[in-house]
Formats: sequence, structure tokens, C-alpha cells
Amino acid sequence: MNSQFLAPVDKLATDIPGFDLVTLGGLPRGRTTLVAGTAGSAKTVFAAQFLAEGILHSQEAGVFVTFEEPPDDLRRNMASFGWPIADWERQGLWRFVDGSIQAHDDDHVVGQYDLGGLLVRIEHAVTSVNARRVSLDSLGAIFNRLHDGDTVRHELLRISVALKRMNVTSVLTAERTSEYGDISRHGVEEFVADNVVILRNALEDEKRRRTIEVLKYRGTLHQKGEFPFSVTPARGVTVIPLSAIELKQRSSNLRVTSGNPDLDGLCGGGFFRDSVVLVSGATGTGKTLLTTEFLAGGVNSNERCLLLAFEESREQLFRNAIGWGVNFEEMEAEGKLKVYCVYPETASLEDHLITIKDLVAEFRPHRVAVDSLSALERVGTIRSFREFVIGMTSFIKHQEITGLFTATTPTLTGGASVTESHISTLTDSIILLRYVEINGEMRRGITVLKMRGSMHNKDICEFTIDGCGLHVGKPFRNVVGILSGNPHMIAASEIERLDELFRNP
Amino acid sequence: MTHADVLRLVLYVTGDTTRSAAAIANLQEIQKLLNGQCEITVIDVLEHPELAEREKILATPTLVKVSPPPLRRLIGDLSDQALVVSLLDLGGGFTVPKQSIQRL
Repeated sequence: MNSQFLAPVDKLATDIPGFDLVTLGGLPRGRTTLVAGTAGSAKTVFAAQFLAEGILHSQEAGVFVTFEEPPDDLRRNMASFGWPIADWERQGLWRFVDGSIQAHDDDHVVGQYDLGGLLVRIEHAVTSVNARRVSLDSLGAIFNRLHDGDTVRHELLRISVALKRMNVTSVLTAERTSEYGDISRHGVEEFVADNVVILRNALEDEKRRRTIEVLKYRGTLHQKGEFPFSVTPARGVTVIPLSAIELKQRSSNLRVTSGNPDLDGLCGGGFFRDSVVLVSGATGTGKTLLTTEFLAGGVNSNERCLLLAFEESREQLFRNAIGWGVNFEEMEAEGKLKVYCVYPETASLEDHLITIKDLVAEFRPHRVAVDSLSALERVGTIRSFREFVIGMTSFIKHQEITGLFTATTPTLTGGASVTESHISTLTDSIILLRYVEINGEMRRGITVLKMRGSMHNKDICEFTIDGCGLHVGKPFRNVVGILSGNPHMIAASEIERLDELFRNP
Repeated sequence: MTHADVLRLVLYVTGDTTRSAAAIANLQEIQKLLNGQCEITVIDVLEHPELAEREKILATPTLVKVSPPPLRRLIGDLSDQALVVSLLDLGGGFTVPKQSIQRL
């Protein structure tokens, strides 16, 4: 058959974490991609990381054409991400083309010119290291230096064509003036418009939120919309691909203990492995205790457990656990437990998520407990928080880990929290701990609201806490309105009358 | 005039284009204006990309005044010869009579 069809656009895996998922494979191979963003949107990091990941993962050499920061500054700044650029230069894996402003440059223009010198230097660098990847950072700087916009635009088009001819995959960065406005200053997108990726660093509720969006991928598919990303010292840009997470985690029929025999009973024989359990309750209802028992139960059945604590310090947690007869220190010494305590405010939600993923990858726990998820609510915007919860829940499920998250309700009795409304559909089980006020006395009630794939006890049972832990007692028989936060007693005769209502004639 | 004071100019061009030719012709005119008192080197960056890299040439043609100080770099085909001479910052010895500029 005479093939008249051109090969579809092939993609080059960039190996920038998460980016290849959002772009369904990476950057279009052999083409130029414009990466546009406002000041401080991590364009330079992205451009440098594109080359660095190529060197780290596939020994692909790269050429970095800089118009803004001098090479020395770049070598120093990028060292903080763990990229030894000077070493790579010696190994012939990285080459700079320095187009940054020089001390003696005042660029007097006398007559017509082109950017032939630059083009020759790029070609020379590409052939000398046999580069597969090229980054130009940033186009705006060259417009500012040479003033003649039309000539520069025309010349950049020539360079863009030449880059394609050299069969390198390239990233060109450009400035934007606003987060939701023109694609770029100087209209550079008009000549390198095959592909446009936008980096944003928007201010929402006094908090910075970084997102990345693939605006245009000519002739090939990509994920739509904005995806959060983070810039961390250890690895640079990490994109968090939310909707790219597939709903294909395995589910197991294997039961594991909740660490509390009474609660196992309520749940119909314990939690499922690979399930995520949400424990919701007001402050002081026993969420941390339930978390402690969940971890102790895991360690006692020889599982590795990870505790992510956002509310209490290590010392507090350890002391409380001792109070219930659980020795966290000993468990940590045996390598069965890892306790990670941090104030929510120390990092953005995206950074927390990356840290958590790193911890899980490193420690490979069977169980993860988060106490409490609600503490993280105040760090980001509602949208960031929702994305964080989705990202973490799906990640934990993918790893086939039993997860237990706690959520604090804002009111003492009854109530639901923002955390719950985001997470309730994602979790497999929900356990409610509620205060019940009866005759001027605060008592506590526990109920299993939801238990995916299993029968469970539907009663609201009273529970007590003592030095040995949590004990589930009898169901509240003559109290109604516990979950609505307005419990009141009803007479025994009334219960009988209600029973009559549902009895078959 | 000492050796260091000799006016040395290096012209970077890209290949054998009309723009390159214009720049070279203009520079020769300027040499005449200066009574031949300058040394000119023309470098084709296509043949010597490493020299373009060393001098960090972006635009071509670029004229570099190597000596005497101050170092100067001019971009373009040098069509405005009077402007070129004034930008070269040659000091008293090299001022071009106004009449001769107008004659060009």
C-alpha cells in the first residue's frame, strides 16, 4: 500500500515528574514549544529541567540558550535542584549559548541586521554535543535589547524553523503580563505557535497557587485545564496530574484489624486492606486514640505503619500513646513505625503532597494514618485543598495501603466539615464519633456510616475511653437526633410505637 | 602613534549575503574616511562559529572595535557611516570633517 499519510506527531518523554501524564506523553518531538508565564512562574526552572531530566534519564545532551541570566548564575541557581551543570558541561552533555547582556554591550544599531550570529552559535552547539533538547530562555529579553520588534520576530521565526530542521525538541520561554490575559508579551506565540504551555503563579486568597496548562498541542492530544504544580528544592517542577489519575486500583477482600476489636465488630470484621477510612468527630472525641490503635494494630500484625501528624508534636503524640499503652518509640526503633510531624503552615499543599509521596515511596508502609486532614484546610484555598485530598486519596489507594484519615468537625455536636464534603465519596468507610448530650452529661457515640462492600452495624453505640483505649458499649436506644446535633430522649413506649410502624401486618 | 593606539576593527558577518557585502563595502568607505588608518578583519561566523561564540555575537553584521579603548560593538550593515564614525568614539584625531560626510 502506498502510504500517503504522514506519521502522527510523536512525543518525547520529558521526564519532568507529572508533566508527561498531563501532556499524554511529553513534548511533541522535533518541534518547538512555547512555555509562557508571568515573572516568577518558574519558566527558567522548567527550561533547565527539560534539559536536566534528559541528561539524567536518557543521557540526551542539551543546549541552553540564555538571554537573561548569565551562565554562571544559572549554574549556581540550578545547583540547588541537584543539577551539576558544570560537570555536565565537562562531560559534553550540556552546552550554554550565552546571549545574556555583556558589560560592554550597549547594542548601537547602525543599519539592518539579522540574528545570524545567534543561529550559527546554536547550530554549532547542537552539533558539537549532538544535542536532542534545546531550551531558549527567554525571548522577551532579546526584544528588550534589540527594540526592533519586527526584525526580532522574523529572526526568531527563522531560528524556530532551523531548530525543527536540526530535529531537536525545544522549549522557548516567553513572558506574560497577566495570569489570564494575552498569551505572551511581544506576540511571540504567533510564530512558535505549534504548542503552547502556560505556567501560572496566581494569587488566591493571599496564597500563591502554581498551575500548568497545555493551551495548544497542534496535531496531538493533551489533558485539558490547569493542573497544580510545585517547585521543590530536591526535584524542581513536579506536576500533580489530578484528573490523569486512573480509577483502576485493585480492591481486596482481605480484612485487616482496625486495632480495636470492638470497632472490628462494628465494621463486620475489620477494615478492608486497600481501603481508605475517614474518622470524623469534634475535638476530643477520640480521633487520635483511634489513629493510635489503628497504628498499633498494624504494628502488632507485623505491618509497617506511617503516621502523618499535622496537629500534635512528636512528644505529645508519644506521651498520649503511652497513656493508652502503646509505645511509639519502641515501634520506631524496630522500624515498624515512622512518625512524620510537621506544622501544616510549613509548606504549601502541593509540597505536602510531594513530601507524603516521597515518604510513602521510601518507607513502603502497609498503613498510613493522617491526623488530621482538617488541619491542612487552612493552608490553601478550598480548591487546592480539594485537589490535595483527591491526589492523596487516589495515591494511597494505588499503593494498596490501608489509609485512615481523621477530620475535625467544627461544632461539638453533630455537624460535618469541609474535609468530609470533599472526601466522603472518595473514602470506602466513614466512621463518625459524636458527642451526645443526655441529661446534662456529655457522652460519646460511634457509628459506622458507610462501609463499602460489606455489611456493618448500623447502630449508634455509646463508647467510653479509659487507660486501655476505646470501648464500644450498647446502642443508644432511646435517644434520637444525635447526628443532627440535637439529641433528645424519647420514652420507651414511643420506641415500641415506632417499631410497630415498620412491622409487617 | 603607538602600536596599541592603532584602530583595530573586526567585522562579523554571516556568509556571502547582500547584507554582508553591504557591511563590508560600508566599512571600506569608512576606512577611506579615516585615511586608511585602521586595520580591518572580516570574520564569517559560518566558517568560524567558535569565534562568534567567543565574542558572544548575537546579531550580524556586528562591528567590534578591539582597540583603542573603549571597546565598542555596533550592530547592522553600517549604512549610516557618519553615525558609525561618531559611535566608534575615536577622539580628536579621527573626527571626520563635516563636509566630507555630507559629500557621501
